[in-house]
Amino acid sequence: MAKKSNESVFAPEQYELAERPSHYFTMNRRDFFGILGSGIAITFAAVNTGYGLSIEGLPENQIGAWLHIAEDGAVTIYSGKAEVGQNIRTSLAQVVAEELGVEMKKITMILGDTALTPYDRGTFGSRSTPYMGPQLRKAAASARELILDLAAAEWKVDRSLLSINDGNVTNKNTNETVNIGKIVKGKQLVQAVDDKVALKKIDDWKIAGTSVKKVNGESFVTGRHKYVSDMKLPGMLYGKILRAPAYGATLISADLSEAKKITGVVAVHDGDFVGVAAVDLSTANKALQSIKAEWKFEPQPSRKEIFDHLRKTSKADDRAEKSGDVSSAFSKAEVKIGQTFNVDYIAHVPLEPRAGVAQWEGSKLTVWAGTQRPFGVQEDLADVFQIPKQNIRVIQPDTGSGYGGKHTGEAGMEAARLAKEAGKPVKVVWTREEEFTWAYFRPAGVIDVKAGADKIGMLTSWEFHNYNSGGSGIDTPYQVKNKLIQFHPSDSPLRQGSYRGLAATANNFARESIMDDLATDLKIDPLEFRLKNLSEKRMIDVLEAAAKAFGWGTKPEKDHGFGIACGEEKGSYVAACAEIVFDRNENDVKVLRAAVAFECGGIINPNHLENQIMGSIIQGLGGALFERIDFKDGKILNPKLSAYRVPRFGDVPKLDIVMLNRKDLAPAGAGETPIIGIAPAVRNAIANATGKRLYALPLVPQGLEV
Amino acid sequence: MDLIINKKKYSVNSTPEESLLNVLRNDLDLTGTKYGCGEGSCGACTVLINDVAVRSCITKAASVEGKAITTIEGLATNDKLHPVQQAFLNVDVFQCSYCASGMVMSTVSLLKKKPEPTDEEIINGMQGNVCRCGTYPRIMKGIHEAIKIQKS
Ligand code: FES
Ligand code: FES
Repeated sequence: MAKKSNESVFAPEQYELAERPSHYFTMNRRDFFGILGSGIAITFAAVNTGYGLSIEGLPENQIGAWLHIAEDGAVTIYSGKAEVGQNIRTSLAQVVAEELGVEMKKITMILGDTALTPYDRGTFGSRSTPYMGPQLRKAAASARELILDLAAAEWKVDRSLLSINDGNVTNKNTNETVNIGKIVKGKQLVQAVDDKVALKKIDDWKIAGTSVKKVNGESFVTGRHKYVSDMKLPGMLYGKILRAPAYGATLISADLSEAKKITGVVAVHDGDFVGVAAVDLSTANKALQSIKAEWKFEPQPSRKEIFDHLRKTSKADDRAEKSGDVSSAFSKAEVKIGQTFNVDYIAHVPLEPRAGVAQWEGSKLTVWAGTQRPFGVQEDLADVFQIPKQNIRVIQPDTGSGYGGKHTGEAGMEAARLAKEAGKPVKVVWTREEEFTWAYFRPAGVIDVKAGADKIGMLTSWEFHNYNSGGSGIDTPYQVKNKLIQFHPSDSPLRQGSYRGLAATANNFARESIMDDLATDLKIDPLEFRLKNLSEKRMIDVLEAAAKAFGWGTKPEKDHGFGIACGEEKGSYVAACAEIVFDRNENDVKVLRAAVAFECGGIINPNHLENQIMGSIIQGLGGALFERIDFKDGKILNPKLSAYRVPRFGDVPKLDIVMLNRKDLAPAGAGETPIIGIAPAVRNAIANATGKRLYALPLVPQGLEV
Repeated sequence: MDLIINKKKYSVNSTPEESLLNVLRNDLDLTGTKYGCGEGSCGACTVLINDVAVRSCITKAASVEGKAITTIEGLATNDKLHPVQQAFLNVDVFQCSYCASGMVMSTVSLLKKKPEPTDEEIINGMQGNVCRCGTYPRIMKGIHEAIKIQKS
């Protein structure tokens, strides 16, 4: 059977910018109940967030709570996860409401606050649903059991007669009901999560599994929600940072004397950091412009040379996946293809650029940051300012998206440096151009594939090398005896990092393109060819579901083409079919429609899941068709939305989304995998329409020459 | 300069060069209007000037003195959401929602001009608004819902 990629030798993804896990407890029991009021709290004693952490016992002064139930029946959930638009504020509340038996409106979620929530590595890699979800379910179920114990003892009845519904404990025999708040009244009970507690069956879900609306939706459509970039603290200054004129440029000298002359301006030169803060943005900008800086430049590879550069600077990663003998199998293959793929750098373009607000009170620092890793930012700040983590609080208000692009907290760090100097709170919001230039990119890459099949269409050899773009999704789901799969890290001239789906997009693109070309050369239907070589039932199911929704098997009109592709990543499965039309006069490709089937185990919120799938497909279309970063001599040449094309209303095809609900399987994350199917499906549709086989992402940044 | 925003008069002390977006956000703390690009390419900063959608990031505050400026904060009346806001909530349109204000304002303006636009007119009218989360089909659905609410 094909190996699951989350068990792959290449995991964990090198670009996830992971930090070593550590514990951080902030409150003792007295503080805890002092802040929250009496009631019961469920804490973790042995936590497994997928990385095997655990602690013994539960020291009195170290409490990291998952869940608190107050005397009025209000339930508060604490999670270090970050809400960046994936709607976990809603979906995580749903699983708790379900397990505990309370209404959604009784639940408050405290997310991404290092002072209030248990340590969390960060919100990435589609881990919130598969790891945080079950943890909170267990916490809620543990609370439920505790409350039932308390009620049974108090009422002196058989515990099995009691259940919790809509926040009330009910006695089945007497119909007596009492609010859970009453049961916990006057208590200050702390209990650890029971790891073995019985969870409700997904089949019996009534709140989880339904399309509950975004819990704080109204605060957004009214403009009331304060993103970090919207915050204003009393006395707050606005900060601007001096940026290098190019990648690889180092600061030789900076003259800040003019800036310092402007009233109310604070100017800082510390190592290679140069920044200013002022009462308003225009003064800060003026001060920044008055700084005279000298730079030393290093020659930098440009976009034109990047693919050679990545190959030249590459090293072989020793974690190759190897079986059989690829070279002899390849030479004996009936039908064979060897091809090289190029993948450009692309930008996340979160609509809210990086933002941070920092405030010092004595030696204590509070930073509000739009980040997917509040605890990581806390550690970075501790490092940079050489102060204990305990003196730093990082708060992450719901953020204007991330897509893997906000693992870091640069703006918060910059604000903190300026605030330290100013003795006042400082806000730093990156401009779009700064975000385009200095945030990190999805890595560029080169992929070499050599593949062969026998006469009847069975794969016989598979050799796959990825240079720089990453190891996610590098393995093939197809059965093949002889294979060699290898990742080669290279030297990246631009700052690169995580991105929704990581390298799985590029790796699936290359693999599914080659599969299609093989099918065409073998004169076998591409769906049939895939099915022949697959054994994983979940993959077969999504392929068949997408094909059915699309109407696969019919013939496209002239200049139209159909394409299909599939993939697996992070425990969820996707298949996509796409129809394109080629406009010969305009040399333009338009994606007309797509049918996408997705399966990620049991579904927690169908409406929000559909939204994630849709968003992934549409974002994926940008990287598939036209998104790419252009650069020369260390300068980004298109750091603007008017020069870097992102998908807009007119680019959206007709979408048919099929969600397979596998209630027998634990829910997996869904924010990433749906992105990986669309690029190869479109590419294969272009080949189907025009005969032109493309080997680069983006596919048609300047139209298609046939 | 004096600005009339959401039917209220504000006196602002700022340079004539300052963009309406900066004045709204930084001077008046009306932060529902968002910054996304600063060059008129994303629509996050959309406000209404005399009922017409305008990109506030490329509009000088001084140029709209005396005109009726409406921001997202001014849409709801007496705690009742504007039909477009209500519609977008009903459909549960957004993910990170950073584009929401601009999408709502552009839709309000679009439906003022044309109460029952075709899909094509909607696409053309909304082409300048970016939702990086890709909720476009939901926004489309939300606009149809708004049309329905406004009709009844
Ligand atoms: S911020 Fe004004 S259009 Fe983007
Ligand atoms: S919902 Fe995130 S940008 Fe639109």
